[in-house]
Amino acid sequence: MSFNLYQEDILDHYENPYNRGTMDAPTLEFRDLNPLCGDEVCVQARLDEQEHLAEVCFDGKGCVISLASASMLMEEVEGKTLEEVKQMDRQTMLDLLGIPLTTMRVKCAMLALRTLEKAIHLYEGQKSETSVTH
Amino acid sequence: MTHSSASQAPTALDVEAVRRDFPVLTRRIHGCPLVYLDSAASSQKPQAVIDAVQHHHTTSYANIHRGVYTLSEEVTLAYEQAHAKVSRFINADFEEVIFTKNTTESLNLVAYAWGLQNLQAGDEIVLTQLEHHSNIVPWQQVARYAGATVRYIRVNAQGKLDMEHAATLIGPRTKLVSVAHVSNVLGTVNPVAELARMAHAQGTLLCVDGAQSIPHMAVDIRALDCDFFAFSGHKMLGPTGIGGLFGKRAILEQMEPFLFGGDMIREVTFEGASWNDLPWKFEAGTSPIVQGIGLGVAVDYLQQLGMEAVHAYEQALVSYAFDQMRQVQDLEIYGPEADQRSGVVSFNLEGAHPHDMASILDQHGVAIRGGHHCAMPLMRVLGVNGANRASFYIYNTFDEVDLLIEAIGEARRILRR
Repeated sequence: MSFNLYQEDILDHYENPYNRGTMDAPTLEFRDLNPLCGDEVCVQARLDEQEHLAEVCFDGKGCVISLASASMLMEEVEGKTLEEVKQMDRQTMLDLLGIPLTTMRVKCAMLALRTLEKAIHLYEGQKSETSVTH
Repeated sequence: MTHSSASQAPTALDVEAVRRDFPVLTRRIHGCPLVYLDSAASSQKPQAVIDAVQHHHTTSYANIHRGVYTLSEEVTLAYEQAHAKVSRFINADFEEVIFTKNTTESLNLVAYAWGLQNLQAGDEIVLTQLEHHSNIVPWQQVARYAGATVRYIRVNAQGKLDMEHAATLIGPRTKLVSVAHVSNVLGTVNPVAELARMAHAQGTLLCVDGAQSIPHMAVDIRALDCDFFAFSGHKMLGPTGIGGLFGKRAILEQMEPFLFGGDMIREVTFEGASWNDLPWKFEAGTSPIVQGIGLGVAVDYLQQLGMEAVHAYEQALVSYAFDQMRQVQDLEIYGPEADQRSGVVSFNLEGAHPHDMASILDQHGVAIRGGHHCAMPLMRVLGVNGANRASFYIYNTFDEVDLLIEAIGEARRILRR
């Protein structure tokens, strides 16, 4: 039997996304795209003194799955540490969405998380650069 | 239906009879009957082709051109007969048709084996804005190696080639023009014969990407007068792993081979090698033997239907689809009018990402493609990231068009609540 890919909550997140927008002077930032379809997302975050994600936001364009996933991810990571985010994976996103996805659509669902992870790696790389030169 | 032989009118395609020949059509997807509208990507296979592949694997298989024993002779004959069928299908000579893996390989063959040999710094290659990546990227590569430039004929707002612009681009520096016969996104049927005249007037060759034309209409390479014609067997009811390239004999004879090894040689010594006759000069190593034989059977199947009947049926389908789709609010169709295109319809529903549209349609058993269709430059010209594409073939019905429209309506309901 068919299942409904486009559940209420997924469509809600798509139409009323959590923290969609941009911020000034983010601590972390990365923009990534899915070249297969042109889905694009930019994730920004501000860290507090304990390196928790005090504020997160995303912007971009894409399909329902990629944007709803981004929105759900923003809700999920708010307040978390960088380490906790690095633990998140494909299953995390599937659990958030609550529906099975084909291999093709998993790429849509993973876009925002991958982008946030890259932002974190970039940030940590820059941090160790500056600590080495000082 | 029968017609008098005097009138020579094509027998109308009996789609129900055709559908009985395609076993995949009994499948159900998410509880719904399969509505396969992605033949532009690859076509389904009739039982006759499936049986031929099975037969050769179970009963009549050996390598070709090598053995003196019975099996080898059988298979060699079958493979060469397939070659003959395909060359007759496009009105070419036997020596002028090479079997490859697919259209992409055929175009790479021309790019590397003809292009590298004949292109020099300052030369120009003329393509169009609506080409598939397989008819863009090989030329970009070869142009880089040779120091040549690639230029693109513009597509106008109706999705047709701007022939005035073409006339300004095809000039004394042009060495090759390469165009799609039919656009895999817009369905536009390009004026290939006219482009051949324009090219030849400048002493330039014309290469044609026929992937989307040969399955759907009669192709006569003498009438078109193109110098190369590339196509895929798997898009014309043949198995995967088989495609072809036509090249004018004189040109192929002058060309160095593309791939080197066994079968394409006449003689090999420690010092060097000499080449085999056409077309074998361009078929190195063990050919896609069984796939080639399968393609021959696919050609038989299409010949029996008659390409005029195939074309007429598809025109009726696409015309009906156009009418229905026009009535869907906020649906934009790309490309020319129904009577000026092949059976390919790309569209977008405002506010609906192509992947979402395709996913929802899949839930209703409808298979369409959503994305850039290996034509990213064209997507940029259209001003979109991607589009949905429904493509029709001999096994699709008017009822299936209705199901497509219904499913699009459902997508509209979900995505634009």
